[in-house]
Amino acid sequence: MPKLYTGAEIVFKCLEDQKVEHIFGYPGGAVLPIYDELKNHTSIKHILVRHEQGAGHAAEGYARSSGKPGVVLVTSGPGATNVVTALTDAYMDSVPLVCISGQVPTHLIGTDAFQECDTTGITRPCTKHNWLVKDINDLSEIMHEAFKVATTGRPGPVLVDIPKDIQFAKTKYKKPKKEKKLNGKSNNKFSQKQIDQLIDLLKNAKKPVIYSGGGVINSGPKASDVLREFVELTGFPITSTLQGLGAYPGDDNQFLGMLGMHGTYEANNAMHDCDLLINIGARFDDRITGKIDEFSPNSKKVHIDIDPSSINKIIKVDLAIVGDVTKVIGKVNKTILKKKNGHSKSNKSNIAKWWEQIQKWRGKDSLNFVNSNDSIKPQHAVQRLYELTKDKDTYVTTEVGQHQMWAAQHYKFNKPNRWMTSGGLGTMGYGLPAAVGVQIAHPEKLVVDIAGEASVLMTMQEMSTAVQYNLPIKIFILNNQYMGMVRQWQELLHEKNYSESYSAALPDFLKMAEAYGCKGIKAENPFELDEKIKEMIDYKGPVIFDCHVDPNENCFPMIPSGKPHNQMILGPNDQDDNKIKGKGKALV
Amino acid sequence: MPKSKSAYSVPTKKEKSDTYIFVVWVDNEAGVLARVVGLFSGRGYNIESLAVAEVDAVKNISRITIVTTGTPQVIDQIKLQLAKLVPVHKVAEFKREDKNVIFKEMALFKIIGKKKKMEKCLNACKKFDLVILDETKTSKVIQITALRREIDKISKKLKPWGLISASRTGAVAMTRGAKIFN
Repeated sequence: MPKLYTGAEIVFKCLEDQKVEHIFGYPGGAVLPIYDELKNHTSIKHILVRHEQGAGHAAEGYARSSGKPGVVLVTSGPGATNVVTALTDAYMDSVPLVCISGQVPTHLIGTDAFQECDTTGITRPCTKHNWLVKDINDLSEIMHEAFKVATTGRPGPVLVDIPKDIQFAKTKYKKPKKEKKLNGKSNNKFSQKQIDQLIDLLKNAKKPVIYSGGGVINSGPKASDVLREFVELTGFPITSTLQGLGAYPGDDNQFLGMLGMHGTYEANNAMHDCDLLINIGARFDDRITGKIDEFSPNSKKVHIDIDPSSINKIIKVDLAIVGDVTKVIGKVNKTILKKKNGHSKSNKSNIAKWWEQIQKWRGKDSLNFVNSNDSIKPQHAVQRLYELTKDKDTYVTTEVGQHQMWAAQHYKFNKPNRWMTSGGLGTMGYGLPAAVGVQIAHPEKLVVDIAGEASVLMTMQEMSTAVQYNLPIKIFILNNQYMGMVRQWQELLHEKNYSESYSAALPDFLKMAEAYGCKGIKAENPFELDEKIKEMIDYKGPVIFDCHVDPNENCFPMIPSGKPHNQMILGPNDQDDNKIKGKGKALV
Repeated sequence: MPKSKSAYSVPTKKEKSDTYIFVVWVDNEAGVLARVVGLFSGRGYNIESLAVAEVDAVKNISRITIVTTGTPQVIDQIKLQLAKLVPVHKVAEFKREDKNVIFKEMALFKIIGKKKKMEKCLNACKKFDLVILDETKTSKVIQITALRREIDKISKKLKPWGLISASRTGAVAMTRGAKIFN
């Protein structure tokens, strides 16, 4: 007779077979049997967070920086509801997470039992799929399927809700099935004909632009390689979404910088004026497109995406190729190389004029800012951080707001999986726990959370986690005492009515660092900045870096709401050039 | 047009909406209807009617028929979003005007009244495959099958003649001819 295992044992057997090494979690009544079993599985290390949201974001940071699914373990009721923000965040940004939640015993479900909530009901809209395990005999299969759903096709979060009695019940363990067909959910159904159509478009384009996104990162490091080859073969300019940064080297000459609401002048104008737009693994998000009716009005549009529902959702395209980026672009590259053997005429000469135009736009230097000797400009701080860390293989996470945009604009990423930020959901408080997860996945690497003081306070408790596991994360706070992005919108859109966007009683971050048992560093003027940043990098342990920056700085360039790409607001320098009256930064 | 005062764009021109019927084959498991319906409400799609029942007890398959309206882009999205759900096996959609597809709804009517008015009711319902399910001296329960708008019309007509209670199903659909879609 085969050996019988308890539900809790089966959970760990599944995790072992799925090659899970770390789980992020927080114990509670309804998951105690699983926690009880933890000690018997030494290959799996549990990271105790301070709040379940932190577990979710840490697992996201872990997943994004390593390419492996992040695993979260929480209890029923508040444990599950606390993780909802992180699940939604992962759903929006396509991060593979497997969340295991405890549930009250089956006979108590529906009775409003202590710490009961309808977990599968609450998480249904924010997961790819979820399961309530009502029969112990289903547990192994559901666990394996959960990993499969989370990691195949367009990745995303899943949740397995396991009642406490199921954790105690016994049954046989089933190993994962090899290559079980997943209901047609992983899509790779493109044809050579589509590739040939794309090649034709490439050949005839005079003003092409490549717009790549997080799908390239999700497709794995190989995708970045084939993307680089593709850009080299075509000679086309390339821009990237927030999530796609790092797939193509940020300091390369063919890279136009990020596009969208706070993207560069050259990237957005290229998007607007192009005659061929190739979207690779991005989803025409509203921060990217601006006004839909006037989005890239004269271009043929190509969309390469693994998720068929991304296609024609917002922007109608002329050619859609559903498939994995690595496979599709790999095939495109092969076809280009094959065709070139026949007649070596490339269309690089066709697009020489286009490059001239792009150089003109570049001349605007749209990321410029007026530097100061009196106060640290936040952009300057990010630039200095970049210069002082670029030789190390640095991993950067962010919170959400102005600092996030400045990080995206001024920190140049050269490799995929080095940039972890909450784009779709825009979750303040993402960066610190994400940095915890990144550091767990890469213990020897430098991990920096470029943060804002308002965001970081939302999940500051995870500093305690970092200290407990001696994770040397660096929390680089651009402290402007405001919810900067809120303040900026209030300035530009709400007649400077700074309603509730100023934090009047900020903590002393140095004392806070001391209280948590980590190092605190403060920088208040531009002359000490470099030295303090070096001190932060050299310190072997977690650091909270309180960088006092100019509180009135705005994030430019910016596409105002409801405007197309070619109507950007530029920074103060340019506004002076255009002789707009008054102080540049106060203008719309 | 009012100036947008938000960080979001203002809605732009709308395309014409049409009525479509979706047929969805799903695993008959707990929560599957909530997933399908939640997708509609969560993404702001509209449901005019819904019919669901198990059609294959061996394979454990249920068939959901949903009548909805939307622009071509929205209809396309509904189809693709439904297909992404894990328990969904297949999705088919038909325009309501599609001549190759039969759509039917069923209604049960309770009519109370004098003989003369009752006669009127039965006559009016004759062309809709009328079945009398229950009768007493003063009442009748009848069943008809017809299109949605036909039932709308007839129930309005029957009201003054003694229709006091109506119970209706959502539409179900089947293609004509030997061709099948499942």
